[in-house]
Amino acid sequence: MSDKRTGAQILCEALIQNGVDTMFGLPGGAIMPFYHAMWEYRSELRHILCRHEQGAGHAAEGFARSTGRIGVCIGTSGPGTTNLVTPIADAWMDSTPMLAICGQVSSAVLGKDAFQETDITGITMPITKHNYLIKRVEDIAYAVKEAIFIATTGRPGPVLVDITKDALQASMVPDYSKKIFLPGYRPTYQGSKKQIKAALDLMLQSKKPVMMIGNGVMMANASDEVMAFAERYQIPVITTLHGLGAFPQDHPLSLGMPGMHGWVHANRAIQESDFLLNIGGRFDDRVTGKASTFAPNASIVHVDIDPSEIGKNIEVDVPIVGDAKLVLLSLLEEEPEERKVTEFHHAAAEWLVYVRELQAKHQHKQQYLNRPDTSVMMPHDVYAVLTKEMNERGNYRVVTDVGQHQMWAAQLLDWYRPRTHITSGGAGTMGFAMPAALGVAVAHPEDTVWVVCGDGGFQMTNQEMIVVVQENIKNIKIAIINNGFLGMVRQWQELFEGKRYSGTPLTSPNFQKLAEAYGWTGITVESGDQIEAAVQQAYATDGPVLIDFRVEREVNVFPMVPQNKSIGEMITE
Amino acid sequence: MKTHILVVLMQDHPGVLNRAVSMFRRRGYNIASLAVGHTETTGVSRMTVVVESDHVEQVVKQLYRLVEVLKVSDVTNDPTVEREMALVKLHVPSQQRAEIVALAEVFGAKIVDVSVTAMVIEMTGGPAKVDNFIDMVRPFGIKEMMRTGRIAMVRGARGHSGADLVDTGWQNDVAGAASAAAQ
Ligand SMILES: Cc1ncc(C[n+]2csc(CCOP(=O)(O)OP(=O)(O)O)c2C)c(N)n1
Ligand SMILES: [Mg+2]
Repeated sequence: MSDKRTGAQILCEALIQNGVDTMFGLPGGAIMPFYHAMWEYRSELRHILCRHEQGAGHAAEGFARSTGRIGVCIGTSGPGTTNLVTPIADAWMDSTPMLAICGQVSSAVLGKDAFQETDITGITMPITKHNYLIKRVEDIAYAVKEAIFIATTGRPGPVLVDITKDALQASMVPDYSKKIFLPGYRPTYQGSKKQIKAALDLMLQSKKPVMMIGNGVMMANASDEVMAFAERYQIPVITTLHGLGAFPQDHPLSLGMPGMHGWVHANRAIQESDFLLNIGGRFDDRVTGKASTFAPNASIVHVDIDPSEIGKNIEVDVPIVGDAKLVLLSLLEEEPEERKVTEFHHAAAEWLVYVRELQAKHQHKQQYLNRPDTSVMMPHDVYAVLTKEMNERGNYRVVTDVGQHQMWAAQLLDWYRPRTHITSGGAGTMGFAMPAALGVAVAHPEDTVWVVCGDGGFQMTNQEMIVVVQENIKNIKIAIINNGFLGMVRQWQELFEGKRYSGTPLTSPNFQKLAEAYGWTGITVESGDQIEAAVQQAYATDGPVLIDFRVEREVNVFPMVPQNKSIGEMITE
Repeated sequence: MKTHILVVLMQDHPGVLNRAVSMFRRRGYNIASLAVGHTETTGVSRMTVVVESDHVEQVVKQLYRLVEVLKVSDVTNDPTVEREMALVKLHVPSQQRAEIVALAEVFGAKIVDVSVTAMVIEMTGGPAKVDNFIDMVRPFGIKEMMRTGRIAMVRGARGHSGADLVDTGWQNDVAGAASAAAQ
């Protein structure tokens, strides 16, 4: 134990000690000592070489979001780390536990514009939960421990550790024992009893209650508690984009997604409710529409582990700072007066019948599934077949990119299990899906990982397909919803800008051939009657498959709330 | 917009001021004045920031999101001692010297440098008093002026010591709570 180790070896050992077994990265000069040391630890620390650091970052996000564990990405100084900026920003917006390890030029030349020097701690200060510039070998072990602790506790987020080359090369007898000392970091997990009582009291006085669950429920693994609470009090549950899967959508209390492309009935339920319990959602503007018009009649309870989210976008009546799971457990422990509960049940039952009627009237999903004419291939036809085939086989996870295909996937696919729907929400990062799926597939070799991607976003990061081959990963299937446009932008141009299709028509390479060039199986589907055979072939193929669905080009995502309008004002066609 | 005086205790790490100021900038909070320095406790520095905002509780919460921020207090409505300092260089012909010396005396300002045609005066006091002094000397011709940011301290025994903020107890609480939540 008293042997000296280099900083790079210490880095490897600290990562292993703190639960890391998989990393995504790409080497270069400043980070080379780390790669040198990694060789000895390769049986415990799997390194997956990506083709672009952005890919490595999104892969780490996919790994983290599908497991709840820390996702690790690596880049070398200068461009290697600036390429990580987009996934770091994405992880920041969607509260993903991520550790970015960056090589930095030697401390002797730091600040002198040395070759490949970039101030990455300065650049990422506003988009990380915390970051470090480590210049001494003595600080490496502790920084890794603290960084992973910060990234994975409280409201998770990305943390960046920038280490100078000389610190990686210097050696010392390692000491991993230093206790974490973070006097300013005190996330609150247990909700205040008083507030919890007040929240329940308020709820029991209401007649039209709804519950809305978001990413916080996913991250706290609180699905069972949501179910127990919703069932006990018979409250309808609305799931935000990042809440999809945290509550099974075939449950009689499930209303599905709210917001800009949510369901009419979910938005109406919010607007007509007199009580809204938001657990682990941050009242993003894509959910609330024009904030001043959101849930005008409701008293609002907001549960969030990050106090700064409460009262930021929407005024609330009862704030509860805490972990979604622990707060729900406390809510379930409460034994309110029998009489109050009976009265509440009575009123809420009537409301439930009403919202279910709304749902039956407005959920277009069934309507699309039963479309009789399939000669023209609508995007919806593809989703219908995917839904059927996925359900028949089970064990699927879906990673979506950003655009129309993303919203259709959220609306039309079936979400039953937590961490099965993975997408770039807060940042809306095109190019997220393919590399993120790599991380998901590595973490879940037993599941089939579907990438649902647009023709535009796919071309931003498709180079990561070859990583799948190099790593012998077989459980990824890609469905490109190829509409020949940057579709979501085109939709806005069509609806609000008199069809000025500036910069949105899109020529693409032959994706089937591209797939084949990468050693994948490629399939092109040009009409509705070929969809089923293609998806079945994808499942039957023991290896990665890409299907290029050449769908109708100018189809819009409905329903839709126009920007800055109330969610009560949806356009449906 | 309302003006608030925040006293912020933070870990004395490189970059911590940068983090705080960068947060103010990107969230559009307007800093009217800012002063930072060491405290009685090793490892803790203290910032007094005067901020213009109608949503001060958001400002406070966002400050707390910074890992190195230990404590934030809005002392706007507390009885406080507030001080600013100004160094003012005046162009003073010899015949006006006496008049300025008299004025400085009234304000309790110190004359810290005198030369044939100029004087440097050190004025310390509450922000209003410093303003007032500067208005009074302006007609004499200000050649140079530099004001510090405001610093503030609550009166009486109660206050904002850093000493009790840097124990390790909390960390065990966080680790415990995190693992309890993960069960
Ligand atoms: C990196 C990035 N650049 C630009 C945008 C803006 N944007 C949002 S959706 C979209 C269109 C995406 O087109 P495509 O990938 O083909 O998906 P579709 O909407 O057609 O399904 C664009 C350009 C973005 N979200 N991310
Ligand atoms: Mg497209």
